[in-house]
Amino acid sequence: MITLNINGKEEQLDAPDDMPILWALRDVMQLTGTKFGCGMAQCGACTVHLDGQAIRSCVTPVSVAAGKKITTIEAMQDDKVGKAVQAAWQEIDVVQCGYCQSGQIMAATALLATNQAPTDADIDAAMSGNICRCGTYPRIRAAIHAAATKLA
Amino acid sequence: MSAPLNISRRTFLKATALVAGGLVIAFAIPQAKRFLMPGADKASASQDASKLPAPNAFLRIGTDNTITVMLAHSEMGQGIWTTLPMLIAEELDADWSTIKVEHASAAPEYAHTAYGIQITGGSSTTWSEFDRYRQAGALTRALLISAAAEKLGVAADTLRTENGFVVSDSEKISFGDLAETAATLATPTSVTLKDPKDWKIIGKSTKRLDGPEKINGTAKFGQDVQFEGLKTAMVARSPVFGGKVKSFDATASKQLKGVQNVVQVPTGVAVIADNYWAAKQGRDALKIEWDLGDNARLDSKKMLEEYRALAATAGLPAAKAGDTQAALAKATTVVEAEYVAPYLAHSPMEPLNCAVKISDDGCEIWTGTQMQTTDQGAAAKILGLKPEQVKIHTLFLGGGFGRRANPAADFVSEAVQVAKAAGVPVKTVWTREDDVKGGYYRPMYLHKAKIALGEDGMPTAWEHTEVGQSIMVGTPFESVMIKDGVDATSVEGVADSPYLKHIPNYQVNLHTVKATIPVLWWRSVGHSHSAFAMESLIDELAHAAKQDPLEYRRALLKDHPRHLAALNLAAEKADWGKPLAKGVSRGIAVHESFGSFVTQVAEVSVDKGEVKVHRIVTAIDCGLAVNPDSLKAQMESSISFGLGAALFSEITFSEGQVQQSNFHDYQVLRMKDMPKVEVYIVQSTEKMGGVGEPGLPPVAPAVTNAIFAATGKRIRNLPIGSQLA
Repeated sequence: MITLNINGKEEQLDAPDDMPILWALRDVMQLTGTKFGCGMAQCGACTVHLDGQAIRSCVTPVSVAAGKKITTIEAMQDDKVGKAVQAAWQEIDVVQCGYCQSGQIMAATALLATNQAPTDADIDAAMSGNICRCGTYPRIRAAIHAAATKLA
Repeated sequence: MSAPLNISRRTFLKATALVAGGLVIAFAIPQAKRFLMPGADKASASQDASKLPAPNAFLRIGTDNTITVMLAHSEMGQGIWTTLPMLIAEELDADWSTIKVEHASAAPEYAHTAYGIQITGGSSTTWSEFDRYRQAGALTRALLISAAAEKLGVAADTLRTENGFVVSDSEKISFGDLAETAATLATPTSVTLKDPKDWKIIGKSTKRLDGPEKINGTAKFGQDVQFEGLKTAMVARSPVFGGKVKSFDATASKQLKGVQNVVQVPTGVAVIADNYWAAKQGRDALKIEWDLGDNARLDSKKMLEEYRALAATAGLPAAKAGDTQAALAKATTVVEAEYVAPYLAHSPMEPLNCAVKISDDGCEIWTGTQMQTTDQGAAAKILGLKPEQVKIHTLFLGGGFGRRANPAADFVSEAVQVAKAAGVPVKTVWTREDDVKGGYYRPMYLHKAKIALGEDGMPTAWEHTEVGQSIMVGTPFESVMIKDGVDATSVEGVADSPYLKHIPNYQVNLHTVKATIPVLWWRSVGHSHSAFAMESLIDELAHAAKQDPLEYRRALLKDHPRHLAALNLAAEKADWGKPLAKGVSRGIAVHESFGSFVTQVAEVSVDKGEVKVHRIVTAIDCGLAVNPDSLKAQMESSISFGLGAALFSEITFSEGQVQQSNFHDYQVLRMKDMPKVEVYIVQSTEKMGGVGEPGLPPVAPAVTNAIFAATGKRIRNLPIGSQLA
């Protein structure tokens, strides 16, 4: 058993130490908002926050999260920046198939938490690890700028 | 469009009360216009309504005023979760905020109105459902008015509908309050659809109904299906297509915590486990000896050499006019070129998966699929059941792009085989590596052309030979799609090119290669390679003729007003001919596919061999744009998908094996590569076309034509990769 802090709650999980956080969230905790895309930190679909930092949960074992706070898409509505990002996503109608969007929103929220007025180059740097096969990139960019404006 | 539709002749309709109260509108159209599959009409809604099984609902109105629209097609990002309800809501005068949406089950009544099987593909959902969904809305509105007339004791023609209510001079009654009465009434035999000038919803940009749940993580994809007793299964498949298991040792796998069972299935060896991580580790621990079979020496470089040799020979005729050989022989200016497009994987963000639960008298399947009835039939065959005993639950698709519409029903059949062998409910999951290496690719194609130019610089003869695998051979579509040995999807965009119609002598030939690499339609199908070849060749001819590439196209397409409309709008918005920033060059391409006409102007710079696409201006004529913002999103999407493929993506083979495995070596477009995209819609009352795919074909040639303008180097092989380094 391992104890993890997930979305502000201490949880006891029956998960081996080497299980990636992604599968602990999805298969053990039934928190399926975080998605599997590649399993090798290439696509960003599995992005969650570990102590506020965006990480790829598909390659991060649960042992790394002991004593730290895991935050997932399911808790973004309670996060000031996350909520603004979600509102901007809705306003600009970003999503298509939607599968990558949890990861996109987690990456965008982590970006805006540390950079309140990201430039296009900042967005390229922070978001190029998150693949969207539907090509919602122009709308993601616009939504990040819109959220930044709202938060300012 | 406002003419009454005689429903009794064309459609079978029924209104029934729900057990829980409310109104259900169900109907089927017995006469589809054409069928992809022979015999599909028999399996589909029959001529005799009395022989129909219980009809399926397209629309339900609950006594709580909720209006639930059933989608006969699958939502995979393209936006029909919103567009089809818009059609119903328009005719119904519904309150848009009360609309809910569900995927329909698999049943003949949900067959595509043109293709005769249940399928989401060919950029066809909106145009093919434009009448059916509007009729469902109009019929329901008529029933609700009749119900209100009865309740109020007034004539129906004194009543109108408004935002979810039937309204009289003095009273208004909500649709929900009328639903139960409406369900008892006889269905009208005809309805009148609104005059387009009265539309309030159709033609207006409308936000996606699936937006909120896809933003907060609650949207359910196939991958998210979980229920008590469901195990996760991962299949080890042959590293070479067509290989078979010789023997395997699962001792180490079975010792791992969480691994429940290991079973052999036709496609390989399946590990059944408590969760993904255990299944993955269990699969990694398997020792399998494979009989790799005939493909063990497969090599895409050698294949290309074989294609090249074949292209030097005649092939089967796909289109022909005049005497091409004679015209070429006497020509003074001849342009010759060869274009190659590689194998491509679809790589939707959601790797393939399928959950299956087999019971004593049936089977339930949960997956994201573009071809419900095909999957249903395949599952039924494996289990010895009737199709109607197999219930398909369609979840949101985490991208499809054609991969989830497989006539061979590969990922569903495999999941059923695993569940059958394991004796427990299973969800098969694919890794990204399984997806990239798993086949059903866009086939590699080689185009070889020899074109004669007259003294005015215009083509006088065009010889064009294609070599590649057919996506239709061996599928149920073969007899319809392959005529005289020519697969229509192999030569689409070439054999039917408007440019050729302008030329007195042309000849399009096809060599269909009998390779055993699994191939499939990939977003925009044959157009994904034919537009690259054709629009590059036209650019080559324009330069050979020392003419402006836009003017050259305008001259050749002068009798094709929809091509011209898209061409002129994009050129105008892109300021064609006006100066650009230093180092930036333009390229243009225009192509018709799936009934829509799209032009793109790309602005590109090349610096130290690195290609940067700054901006793409695109114009589309698709007839009526039902949801303009959704159309724009599809154009952005097609550009991203096509540009990523053009710049980076290819599947290659060596020693029988696929050489790519994940997004680090099967590269796709990322944020940093995405250009600014501007979408312009031609105001058009022409026949409706599709929007999910037609934005893709022009991307590659618009960019490579711009690269030529910038560098003088003609890119004739995709991907562009490091060719400019």
